[in-house]
Amino acid sequence: MINSIKKILNRFLSKLFKKRGHIKLGLYGPPNGGKTTLANRISKDWLGEEMGVASTVPHETREIQIKEEIHIKSNGKELSFNLVDTPGIATKIDYEDFLKFGMKEKDAKKRAKEATKGVIDSIKWLDDMDAVIVVLDSTVDPYSQVNITIIGNLQARNIPVLLVANKTDLKKSKLKKVETAFPQYKVVGISAKYGTNIEKFYDELFELVS
Amino acid sequence: MLTLQFIPYSEIQGLDTSKRINKLLQVAKQNKIVVLEGRLKKEEETELIRITMEEIDDKFKGIELSVFYPEAKNMQLFDKVKTNLVNLILGERTGLTIIGPAAIIKEIKKDPNKIQLLTKDIKVKRKKKR
Repeated sequence: MINSIKKILNRFLSKLFKKRGHIKLGLYGPPNGGKTTLANRISKDWLGEEMGVASTVPHETREIQIKEEIHIKSNGKELSFNLVDTPGIATKIDYEDFLKFGMKEKDAKKRAKEATKGVIDSIKWLDDMDAVIVVLDSTVDPYSQVNITIIGNLQARNIPVLLVANKTDLKKSKLKKVETAFPQYKVVGISAKYGTNIEKFYDELFELVS
Repeated sequence: MLTLQFIPYSEIQGLDTSKRINKLLQVAKQNKIVVLEGRLKKEEETELIRITMEEIDDKFKGIELSVFYPEAKNMQLFDKVKTNLVNLILGERTGLTIIGPAAIIKEIKKDPNKIQLLTKDIKVKRKKKR
């Protein structure tokens, strides 16, 4: 109880004295939701360069990636933040799953080890975030416990959340299902890969952080 | 053969977070499916994932986790207050938490009226290895 009050007080004080441009905006979600693709989209749109490597192999991002001082403009408003791309959060990691992608056993085991560390780092960083975008693959069942746990935790820590239902360019995409699963949150359907509806996403980002 | 081990909430009630998680994970690591009365706190669920990651090795691949909890939005105001009060005094005894070892459980599907545990075909795997 005392710890919770301390956390809320610290968050309030840090927000009160935070310098403009030092907001930490985290990209969270399960593996393969498209966090890095979205990070690259944001970074390319406003800095002209990509941020990390996106891949179809799960757990491609295994370390926290930070892009500092991103300034975005929308409808005459400006916003500055540090973008934090995090490794996907999972409850299980099996090196044998990587073998299916043609990886050698030694490499697969190394990747699995790094992926477990990545999940731990993602969780450790939760407390440092000022706002979080949860990136979900809209072609996949949104009711997974990982999604519920991540979102529930952000709620418990009073961190503002925006849900992104990514991959709307795919036929299997079910934006409505994501909206139904999390009715208390704003959900923006986008295709980070093709930039579809990205303007709407930036508008919602302003709403989230301001 | 699948083994389900029921853990009443009273067994974890007096334990701190790390002991609670350790108790649940030890059962899952014995290839048993944990059926816990009630649920962990939200922060403890995250801690469970974090510690699970630390425990992963060649034998233990992690867990499948699912929490079944009555939706507060479907409750009347009096029931909501009653549930919150009971949770505050006695802990989160409402609902059910299932923790299955990932080596056995492929997926836990939720449905308002049923729980589906999709298991891995271990026999086929063994045959392939021979």
